[in-house]
Amino acid sequence: MIPETGQFALILALLVALVQSSIPLIGAARQDQAAMALARPAALAQFLLIAIAFGALMSCYVTSDFSVLNVVENSHTDKPMLYKISGVWGNHEGSMLLWVLILSLYGAAVALFGQQLPPGLKARALAVQALISVGFLLFILLTSNPFTRVDPAPLNGNGLNPLLQDPGLAFHPPFLYLGYVGFSMAFSFAIAALIEGRVNAAWARWVRPWTLAAWAALTLGIAMGSWWAYYTLGWGGWWYWDPVENASFMPWLCGTALLHSAIVVEKRDALRGWTILLAILTFSLSLLGTFLVRSGILTSVHSFASDPARGVFVLALLGIVTGGSLLLFAFRAGKLDGGGLFAPISREGALLLNNVLLATTAGAVLLGTLFPLIADALDLGKVSVGPPFFNAIFLPLMVPLVMVMAVGPFLAWKRGDLAGALGRLKFVLALSLLIALASWLIEGGSASPLWAAGGIALASWLGVSALLEWAERIKLWRAPLNGLLTRIWRAPRSAHGMTLAHFGMAITIAGITGSTAWKSEHIQVMHSGDSVDVATYRLTLDSVEDNLPGPNYTASRAHFTARKDGVVIAEMLPEKRLYRTPPRQTTQAAIHTNMLGDLYVVIGEPDPKGGYVTRLYYNPLAPWIFLGAVVMVTGGGVSLSDRRFRFGAPKRAASAVTGRA
Amino acid sequence: MTRKQRRLYFVLLGLLALGGATALVLTAMSDTLVYFYTPSQMAGKSIGPGRRLRIGGLVEQGSVAKRDSTVTFTITDLTATLPVTYTGVLPDLFREGQGVVAEGRLERDGTFHASEVLAKHDEKYMPKEVADALKKSGRWQEGAKP
Repeated sequence: MIPETGQFALILALLVALVQSSIPLIGAARQDQAAMALARPAALAQFLLIAIAFGALMSCYVTSDFSVLNVVENSHTDKPMLYKISGVWGNHEGSMLLWVLILSLYGAAVALFGQQLPPGLKARALAVQALISVGFLLFILLTSNPFTRVDPAPLNGNGLNPLLQDPGLAFHPPFLYLGYVGFSMAFSFAIAALIEGRVNAAWARWVRPWTLAAWAALTLGIAMGSWWAYYTLGWGGWWYWDPVENASFMPWLCGTALLHSAIVVEKRDALRGWTILLAILTFSLSLLGTFLVRSGILTSVHSFASDPARGVFVLALLGIVTGGSLLLFAFRAGKLDGGGLFAPISREGALLLNNVLLATTAGAVLLGTLFPLIADALDLGKVSVGPPFFNAIFLPLMVPLVMVMAVGPFLAWKRGDLAGALGRLKFVLALSLLIALASWLIEGGSASPLWAAGGIALASWLGVSALLEWAERIKLWRAPLNGLLTRIWRAPRSAHGMTLAHFGMAITIAGITGSTAWKSEHIQVMHSGDSVDVATYRLTLDSVEDNLPGPNYTASRAHFTARKDGVVIAEMLPEKRLYRTPPRQTTQAAIHTNMLGDLYVVIGEPDPKGGYVTRLYYNPLAPWIFLGAVVMVTGGGVSLSDRRFRFGAPKRAASAVTGRA
Repeated sequence: MTRKQRRLYFVLLGLLALGGATALVLTAMSDTLVYFYTPSQMAGKSIGPGRRLRIGGLVEQGSVAKRDSTVTFTITDLTATLPVTYTGVLPDLFREGQGVVAEGRLERDGTFHASEVLAKHDEKYMPKEVADALKKSGRWQEGAKP
């Protein structure tokens, strides 16, 4: 009964979405208030219905209802409750359901909180949002129904891929989807604005919070996935340039560009056409990501199943959405011309350069990701494009970006004073060179690669300049100290947010540099009692216990003792797990962190003579990679709490803008 | 600055980015593209040592031998075979008779020295390239585990 309820709710949601995508659009064209007002209840109803369907599927998982095919294929009674729940989105059908759930969640949020939006824009944006819903609900109902029954019901299920049975991964998809589905809101607003033929500062102010929320969620989602890869895949790596990682990274690059160009529209009313285009491209890249993952045309950890019908459907959706919106853009972009003028050296100029570099990077990553497909189609042979390619294009584009990123906030709007800004940054430059030199000496001088010092210099340049800009903003030195807290409180939250986000980026860069350049790696066969020196630590394998029972696996667990200068600092217990359903091995690395570096221990296969292959790493600054991402997300959150984005504020600001124009 | 000038700047910046990116991508590709071959394709080609390659096929039954942390095994596409050496820990899903992809360089003695061994994370499937290669050589049985 419950699965049928779910299915019925999905069909109803499709009907509601059809109404929501047509009536308000027609209403907005005819200025019919009643028809436009329909968008709000429809968006809420659509969300409610999809939530019912999602709840139904979840209850099938929780109660292990094996009369539902999806549950049979992806669940098992032995599985701990957390993974029964996360199993809902650990498969193709369920994850698509989560996709539309989040899509409708954003729609409902706009319907609820967008009271101040002009009715025409709101009706059109919600209608566009519903159009996307229609596409994906059709996709679910026609090609990937999660509620299909099996008769007779088997006694138990096939279980979930053990690699996915991990707390980090359980919540990685929801955040990722909150991110890249969230860009649908910017897209819907962009299309609505194109239909209306009007983009102004107020529009940017409405779009920015949604973009910011999506960006923060996506950053967190990517960081979680990367962290998961770091501790479960057992190679000590955290980013593989896997096609599906790229699929989430391209919208991030493009979304970051959008976030910054929307500032220019908001403050200076320039770059309007470009911003609209970015909104379209960002969401198109999200859809492309969905296509790459769902169609299984690229081999990856993430491809659940390959079914050509699904691939074709998503490809068609992608074609319609991207093609249609670009066509609309081509017709209407001419109307968006004009806006504020600015000199090349100015805040706008720096943000534009940021945009160009980010968009170029996204394009190059896109090319690298799709190249194996293109080569295969053109019969150029089977090729793989791996990390060396991506590193070779990524670094030359990112280094100038980060250099500009430090200077940009010091430039004035409209016409900046580069010499003055650099003058204020002299001290930062000296300090970052000093930090780089110190790090280079600490890591053994000529023994450590020179580029590592460059990376650290870059990170310090960005980090210290972000702090300096903040200190100047709150007049840390120029005004008496007793008013300091008030000044911090009164300064716009979005400025604090920027400082945090840029500083977080600096932490991540330092982490990436340190963990790549100064990593020590030792692979060997060890017997009980053997010791190996890793960086400044001594690791001793004390014993290995076999056949330890877990909830749905048995594990071999090694017992390592880590010592520094003869003092025990940690007991480390890496495991090798053999899951029962499906029967598969996974690696559980043991990580001991002191926030400056990770000691990382993996136990491998036994050899016939009673030894074990072990992989021991010391990854300096590795925790900073993820710490930096968390700081960036916090920055996003702080910025989101800015007064300007609070409900009600946009209207007042909007009338002020029109008053001035 | 007039609108025309500003537009000129935009276009120049765009062209610069495009040109730079193209140059970057082309140089990166010529150095880093890794071609995928099966053992029988390897037999027909003369590939110099030093070039990074990917070799895919099945791990031949009974071919895996370990000595300390160095593993030797044979990759087969059921038509030709290629001996591989690898130092390090094999992935969890590495099994005799299952699909595998090895990335590395060809040694002068004709063995393949792998720096990376990939086994598909999902044991139901083998690497796509391997499946395609097996289909091409006519040794693929639909639905049956090879």
